[in-house]
Amino acid sequence: MMETIVFVISAAMVLGGGLGVVLRSHPVHAALSMVLALFGVAVMFVSQEAHFLAAVQVIVYAGAIVVLFLFVIMLLGVDAADNLRIEPIKVQRPLAAIAGIGIVGLVSAAIIAARDDLRVRGAGLQIPSETGDGDANIKQLSENLFRDHIVAFEVTSVLLVVAVVGTVLLARRPGKGGAARQRGEQIEEPVAP
Amino acid sequence: MLVAAVLFGIGAVGVMVRRNPLIMFMCVELMLNAVNLTFVALSKRLGDINGQTTVFFVLVVAAAEVVVGLGIIVAILRRRPGATADDISVLKG
Repeated sequence: MMETIVFVISAAMVLGGGLGVVLRSHPVHAALSMVLALFGVAVMFVSQEAHFLAAVQVIVYAGAIVVLFLFVIMLLGVDAADNLRIEPIKVQRPLAAIAGIGIVGLVSAAIIAARDDLRVRGAGLQIPSETGDGDANIKQLSENLFRDHIVAFEVTSVLLVVAVVGTVLLARRPGKGGAARQRGEQIEEPVAP
Repeated sequence: MLVAAVLFGIGAVGVMVRRNPLIMFMCVELMLNAVNLTFVALSKRLGDINGQTTVFFVLVVAAAEVVVGLGIIVAILRRRPGATADDISVLKG
């Protein structure tokens, strides 16, 4: 009973947030709707005994990524609401609606059709509320991560370093006499306060 | 899992409909979250911790992807303010 209530509330959070991201015309509102959706997903993680992932979800997504989005919105000053009435391409919205309904329908049908095949196959999860060990999920996840997937874990660290370096190169503002200026391209100078 | 499917659909429609590159990016994040939700649900259902490990990696890759994507968006919008995704078609040679 309790599970059902939690599920319904978090599902409403997720879907409402998702619709908010798509339908709100103001980018800041869309970002805040995304926080709602991400928190709903985190609640679902908790209710499915994935405690570590729920914590990581809140920290990484709702913390870091949304703050990054808001920073970019603020930095670029694109906080003017864009008009949703204007349709740049005429047939785009009906096609997108058809494609979206089709995707949802196909995936839902696949889930419903495969429901009977979903039986426990793995070694079994250690669920904290059953084993009485509050850290059981974290222990099992870390053993799996650092024993079976250690190479992938190291590769992700390389990926992060590459991403950071690449972003610094991309977003760097060329200084005076920089390469872009020598090519005669126009660069907007920041307005001095 | 049906919630995850619907969330994925919302994200996909958002990418197709919205023209603001930032919001398209948020919709991609929503799709990634839908997949994460499915992974965790299946991990619980099948009793297999590998699903949760996969979600961990998806989170890391999503973080890296957001950083790079926002860097690109900042670079584009600095060059031409108010650009939408349609304007990037000038990239074609």
